[in-house]
Amino acid sequence: MDRLNSALRRVPTWVVYLAGVLPFLWLAWNTVQGNLGPDPVKAVEHRLGELGLQLLLASLAVTPLRRVGLNLLRYRRALGLLTFGYVALHLTAWVWLDMGLRWSEVTADLWKRPYIILGMVGFVVLLPLAATSSNAAIRRIGPVAWRRLHRLAYVAVIAGVAHLLLLVKVWTLSELTYVAIAILLLGVRLWPATRPQSRAAA
Amino acid sequence: MRFRNDLTWADVTPRPLWLNRRVMLAGAGALLATPALATPALARIEAAKSAFSTTDAPNSLEDITTYNNFYEFGTGKEDPATYAGGLTTDPWSIVIDGLVDKPGTYDLADVMKDQPLEERIYRFRCVEAWSMIVPWIGFEMAGLLNRVGVQPGAKFVAFETLVRPEEMPGQSSPFIEWPYREGLRLDEAMHPLTILATGLYGEPMPKQNGAPIRLVVPWKYGFKSIKSIVKISLVAEMPKTTWNMLQPGEYGFYSNVNPTVDHPRWSQASERRIGSGLFGGRQDTLMFNGYEEQVASLYAGQDLAADY
Repeated sequence: MDRLNSALRRVPTWVVYLAGVLPFLWLAWNTVQGNLGPDPVKAVEHRLGELGLQLLLASLAVTPLRRVGLNLLRYRRALGLLTFGYVALHLTAWVWLDMGLRWSEVTADLWKRPYIILGMVGFVVLLPLAATSSNAAIRRIGPVAWRRLHRLAYVAVIAGVAHLLLLVKVWTLSELTYVAIAILLLGVRLWPATRPQSRAAA
Repeated sequence: MRFRNDLTWADVTPRPLWLNRRVMLAGAGALLATPALATPALARIEAAKSAFSTTDAPNSLEDITTYNNFYEFGTGKEDPATYAGGLTTDPWSIVIDGLVDKPGTYDLADVMKDQPLEERIYRFRCVEAWSMIVPWIGFEMAGLLNRVGVQPGAKFVAFETLVRPEEMPGQSSPFIEWPYREGLRLDEAMHPLTILATGLYGEPMPKQNGAPIRLVVPWKYGFKSIKSIVKISLVAEMPKTTWNMLQPGEYGFYSNVNPTVDHPRWSQASERRIGSGLFGGRQDTLMFNGYEEQVASLYAGQDLAADY
């Protein structure tokens, strides 16, 4: 594990940003090539939301993985910002491509539709997280308050998964897998933390 | 010695490939300027035009055959096209029972006997707020019901789809209690817009679209138009229907297209027309999917918000 960690330390963070942007480029390419089937709108919208949720779960996996000794902390900011990027694009795809900029229907949905409201809650709570992602912001807020603020990621993942569950017609293995992973990642946080260092010392 | 089939699904040409071959054939046909080569080698079904057809341009055959719901083959829109190839549609028979003069098990050819085929280019509106234009070929449901003789006590028609999990991989999913069930009130079933469709675009019904015979009720959400029918029962009581059994608060027995009655989770005021591309936007959903003039009288006096 130590060797893995030291090997990972040599991977610069821009590699994570690049890897995170590749699915977007692939999606854009397939859109331009007309490879998305008869309904490119839903395909784009769903893929962006799916990537947002997957990256959010990935960023929430960093802390539990640290507990078992795998240190990915320096990539968490990249994962978080990529999450925000995909969720923002997903929202844009909904308003523009799916709703066709019918603002009256968009605002009606924002009042009436629980899955839309939950999706918007997920996006809104990511805003302060993205805005406070820089080192300067962490210094300005102070690490304790920053950590507390960034627990909003838990709200985001609950909102995101609930948004998914409410929008599909039937729950299949894929939706239930997201639920299980989200419960697992939030659940392990309720266990008292055992620091890997102290275990190594014992 | 009995015939043994040692072919597997691996031997079947994937659909995109044979579609490509068709494109090549069509291209070759155009090159030679011989229309006979350009059309697929399938016998085109003769069907009369109908005054009920819309003048809107139909969706492409590819849209219609690669994007639809048919949960017997999976919940994805592409699943029917991917997995329906193994469905055996010949022989096919339909059990017609209940309050009818001539109950029995009818062979498909017998069901279709003497029923005049028409091309009906209908709007198709899914409850998920997307829509298409489909050039169905079929005959009026009323023709069949009149032939088998509806008895006075019958008030509803119940339909069932084939259950054959070995050919319908989606039926291994426990989310739906198979068979898929649908139903109509007798006056809805007898309405001239209601057809049993056996083809589209001049060809026999593609397997993924409900071969060999399916219902099409154009003023109702698409899930009412049950596919691959094996049973038709004339009954006195309102029959159980699949989506209503799953989510009674979301999917009513009637499920008429109605822009003023929302699905509890999403609006039905507008729809996206499949095939209009990435920036196609939305269009307003029409009352009874644009068939208000023909069918509104069926629901005179009914509160359509209560009878959703």
